[in-house]
Amino acid sequence: MNDREKISPKKQMGPSGPFRGVVEKPKNFRKSFMRLMKYLKPYTIPLILVFSLAITGTIFSIIAPKVLGKATTKIFQGYLAKKFFPNAKVDLSGIMNILIKVGVLYGFYALFMYIQQYIMAGISQKVVKKLRTDVMEKLTRLPLKFYDSKTHGEILSRVTNDVDLISNTLNQSLTQFITSIISIVGVTIMMLTISPLLTVVTISILPLSIFIITLIVKKSQKYFKLQQKSLGTVNGHVEEMFGGLVVVKAFNREEKSIKEFEEYNNELYNAAWKAQFISGSTMPLMRFVSNLGYVIVAVAGGIMVTKKAIELGDVQAFIQYSNQFTQPISQIANIMNMIQSTVAAAERVFEILDEEEELPDPVDAIELSNVDGNVKFERVYFSYRPDKKLIEDLTIEVKSGQTVAIVGPTGAGKTTLVNLLMRFYEIQGGKITIDGIDIRKIKRDNLRRTFGMVLQDTWLFNGTVRENIAYGKEDATEDEIIAAAKKAHAHHFIMALPGGYDAVINEEASNISQGEKQLITIARAFIVDPDILILDEATSNVDTLTEKYIQKAMRNLMHSRTNFVIAHRLSTIIDADMILVMNEGRIIEKGTHKELMEKNGFYAELYRSQFLGAYV
Amino acid sequence: MIKLFKYLKKYSFFIVLAITFVTIQGILNLYLPNLMADIVNKGVTRGDVDYIWNVGGKMLLITLLNISSAIVATFFAAKVSMLFGKDLRSMVFKRVMNFSLNEIDKFGTSTLITRNTNDITQVQTVVFMLLRLVALAPIMSIGGTIMAVSKSPKLSMVLLVSLPIMFVAIYFIAKYTMPLFRSMQKKIDKLNRILRENLTGVRVIRAFAKTEYEKKRFEGANDDLTQTTLKVNRIFALVFPMIMLIMNFTTIFLIWIGAVQVDKGALQVGDIMAVMQYILQIMFSFIMISIIFIFLPRASASAERIREVLGMESEIKDPDKPAELKKKGEIEFKNVTFFYQGAKEPALENISFKANPGEFIGIIGSAGSGKSTLINLLLRFYDVTNGEILIDGINIKQVSQKELREMISLVPSRPIIFSGTIEENIRIGKEDATEEEIIEALKIAQAWEFVSKLPEGIKTKVSQGGTNLSGGQKQRLAIARGIIGKKNIYIFDDCFSALDFKTDSRVRMALREKLKDSTVIIVSLRVATIMNSDKILVLDNGRIVGIGTHKELMRTSKVYKEIVSSQLSEEEIA
Repeated sequence: MNDREKISPKKQMGPSGPFRGVVEKPKNFRKSFMRLMKYLKPYTIPLILVFSLAITGTIFSIIAPKVLGKATTKIFQGYLAKKFFPNAKVDLSGIMNILIKVGVLYGFYALFMYIQQYIMAGISQKVVKKLRTDVMEKLTRLPLKFYDSKTHGEILSRVTNDVDLISNTLNQSLTQFITSIISIVGVTIMMLTISPLLTVVTISILPLSIFIITLIVKKSQKYFKLQQKSLGTVNGHVEEMFGGLVVVKAFNREEKSIKEFEEYNNELYNAAWKAQFISGSTMPLMRFVSNLGYVIVAVAGGIMVTKKAIELGDVQAFIQYSNQFTQPISQIANIMNMIQSTVAAAERVFEILDEEEELPDPVDAIELSNVDGNVKFERVYFSYRPDKKLIEDLTIEVKSGQTVAIVGPTGAGKTTLVNLLMRFYEIQGGKITIDGIDIRKIKRDNLRRTFGMVLQDTWLFNGTVRENIAYGKEDATEDEIIAAAKKAHAHHFIMALPGGYDAVINEEASNISQGEKQLITIARAFIVDPDILILDEATSNVDTLTEKYIQKAMRNLMHSRTNFVIAHRLSTIIDADMILVMNEGRIIEKGTHKELMEKNGFYAELYRSQFLGAYV
Repeated sequence: MIKLFKYLKKYSFFIVLAITFVTIQGILNLYLPNLMADIVNKGVTRGDVDYIWNVGGKMLLITLLNISSAIVATFFAAKVSMLFGKDLRSMVFKRVMNFSLNEIDKFGTSTLITRNTNDITQVQTVVFMLLRLVALAPIMSIGGTIMAVSKSPKLSMVLLVSLPIMFVAIYFIAKYTMPLFRSMQKKIDKLNRILRENLTGVRVIRAFAKTEYEKKRFEGANDDLTQTTLKVNRIFALVFPMIMLIMNFTTIFLIWIGAVQVDKGALQVGDIMAVMQYILQIMFSFIMISIIFIFLPRASASAERIREVLGMESEIKDPDKPAELKKKGEIEFKNVTFFYQGAKEPALENISFKANPGEFIGIIGSAGSGKSTLINLLLRFYDVTNGEILIDGINIKQVSQKELREMISLVPSRPIIFSGTIEENIRIGKEDATEEEIIEALKIAQAWEFVSKLPEGIKTKVSQGGTNLSGGQKQRLAIARGIIGKKNIYIFDDCFSALDFKTDSRVRMALREKLKDSTVIIVSLRVATIMNSDKILVLDNGRIVGIGTHKELMRTSKVYKEIVSSQLSEEEIA
């Protein structure tokens, strides 16, 4: 598999947020945000519960310090009283009452927060699961055009990384956002009730903290972007050089490649330490702001206490509030960026969901049974891109049992015809018929089952050999499976595998050889017993013995069917009932071997070059 | 992990600075609550406004000092950890560049890439964290305890209860979530695998009309993953409320005990607040330490993997006094036997043959017969186990690898094209090639046909892995790169197989002319590609089972005849 996923630099750099990573901006925030919210709609009632719990919990946690302050005040009163009357008592039972109240508040706060998180975890997971299912469903309805135009890594990353980001944000940030706002409002109110004067003092620090946050976000964003970029370059270079080490060494390029690496590495270092330093300075700077508040409140509060303008417990409560004040502000900045990145991620997922689908089967679609295998292309027009004409006015008639060979140089577009026959791509003019029926009137699944396909790209999935052979026929019996394997000359080597038919083919299918894979795909086609066969003969990386088996197996398979063969072997080509010669995506010649040789055109030249090639 | 730290030694000075400033930061941190207590105890209760101003000023000053040292510490920590990462990256990269294929085989390319990238990032991040926190946490917790106890031993007793509770809570959460995390990772992998299979196999899946089945398979994995993630998240839902609960109840108990103590006349009011601050600081530093402990296992696994690479020496070394080659291009294999490391059977056994300048040598054999191994030995990517390989009469072990490879040009079986322009890629074969030379090479490789049609011609950018080119196009570029330089020996390792017969034969025709003075080795699975060579080597299971021209071999070699009959029609053989 070539699409080894690129190491995503973003994943390595820890949690994203204004201080930690790069923020991506969505193209259309409002629209995508609203669409994401639609996924939450079925959970309106639990969400209301979650939010009310979060809000009540936050309010409790805001009230608690104030109540707790009363206890301190009582202690202070007792303490002062003791100074003048040594026998005076601290109002212990009053304090106990207060503390119980505070305990209850904090207890409920914790409980509410837990329940809220618990429910939210459920909601976010269900939403994310739905998103994944939607994407998968969508993928099954998308035309091949989509798959051919996007890299696998790109699609994978949307279903994994992007959906993960959405999950995290739903799980954490959404309620945090609300509690932060409630905190700011609540704390301000509480501070005001204690002392408007002290509140003004505290809030006067606010512009300072906002200034620091924006400054740091701006600066660190710059370096994080730079860091991400240079990390990408370094990783790319490492991947290329390690992957191509043979060439690097053969051409004595080690030193040059090291020199280049050092350059990239240095760039990375320069960006990385600055990014880390700036984001690492956030905490101390914010602490300065909050300590500044602490000192100011302490000094001002102390003075007010001596002047009897405020009680000691209130000063203590106030200090706690002023601490709670700066935290949610930086948190909100963080969450805003999280939400931005999330909506950008959601947007990418929605892009897939909005892709144009395959045309649905018409309501009166037919199911074929007893196919003879007469295939006709009637005045077919097709091209992948509007500006590049490919197939124009193509008419072919293939009778039941005939073999059509498609030949042409590498990259001539030999798979195009397969794509059209199987309706992986839709023709743009004319029609293709099977036994006289337009394939667009046949149910897609039924049409495709009519064909058997053995491609050069030997796709097997991570499962047992048995499951892979029976892929096209779920209810296949053990005998059928073994019979198919025998006809495909695969039985012998399968029995030699550890576990035989139960041997598991691993993800890269590296535990069996290329040729063996090909034999399994042939067995897979045998078991379906298709009426029409599409075959790619290429066996370029297979050893001679296996190749012989493959040839025999293919010949067995072709017997008494209509065959479309992407031909690489002379024996197949010469015996074919019709040869389609393709070059640069077009069919440039068609006819039998004899006719084409007589024509003395492209085919004849191609054919002769094979002899010539042998004698150079 | 510790073993890697020796590479930190040269930054000892920076590290000492970082830790010093962290320590200063910690001590100042501890001093602040003390001042706060003083304000209340001595200022507020006595009504001494001047005193409050005085101490308040002090507090501000200390806050300033505190954050300055924190920022300075961060500066050094960032510098040191990123320098460390940079050094490691550079060391690993250089080491791998010096590896022979032997070492590459041992590790595998993809893990080497991870070791050079992600693993190092992992380690440097933890070093950064350690430098900033490792000194801070002990100072805060030990210093905090001392300060708290000195203020009021009785009040500090609260710690004896809350700390163990905190530990137990963190321990159990970690214990339950760790295995869940692992199983979650497995389920993520499974989901990704199914998805990837659906992407790569889309044609087959549609052809067999199995989309419903695949949907079910995906749904199963999706469901499974969701369940596990939900479990993890629900346990994690507990963490924050629990920590807050423990902290808040600690405060409540502190105030209660404080009230009783004040009632007894054993405590001043301001001390309650000071102790409260200390205790909260202590608990925070313990949370910090436990976070580090979550990161450490992963980082030390990474560190171990990095160390393995740095600890591996290449088995192929240049001789101390390298001999010089005459640069003619005579090749001789003398009884060469080669075992891959750990293999019981030899990959090549008793190989002997000669090749001279001006000769075209064809090597044919089935997959696994040892063709590519033979090439790798000639380039000294591996060392022979027995026997010797001579070039111009000199054992290749006696010359430097650079000198040896300067004589040879290789077109590998897998076309490796680097990112950059087409021109840059071709220039790898000859640094100072003129544009005419590049175009000529492209023409010979039958690549000019498509390159000239590209809007930017030879300046066209190739993306990483050459994904914007087809396999055949990449192969032709690799051939152009291989033939542009003037070398004594040219090796084409099965590189014509991705070309169709017609292009294949055109390329070879052009090569015949261009490379007529050099030794040329062509490896192929196709008979047509090599059948007209001056000499054909037939390999089977690591042994030469036939050597000679096509005609000779048709008479003498059974294996050769079999290969031929499987590929050519009767007509062609004759």
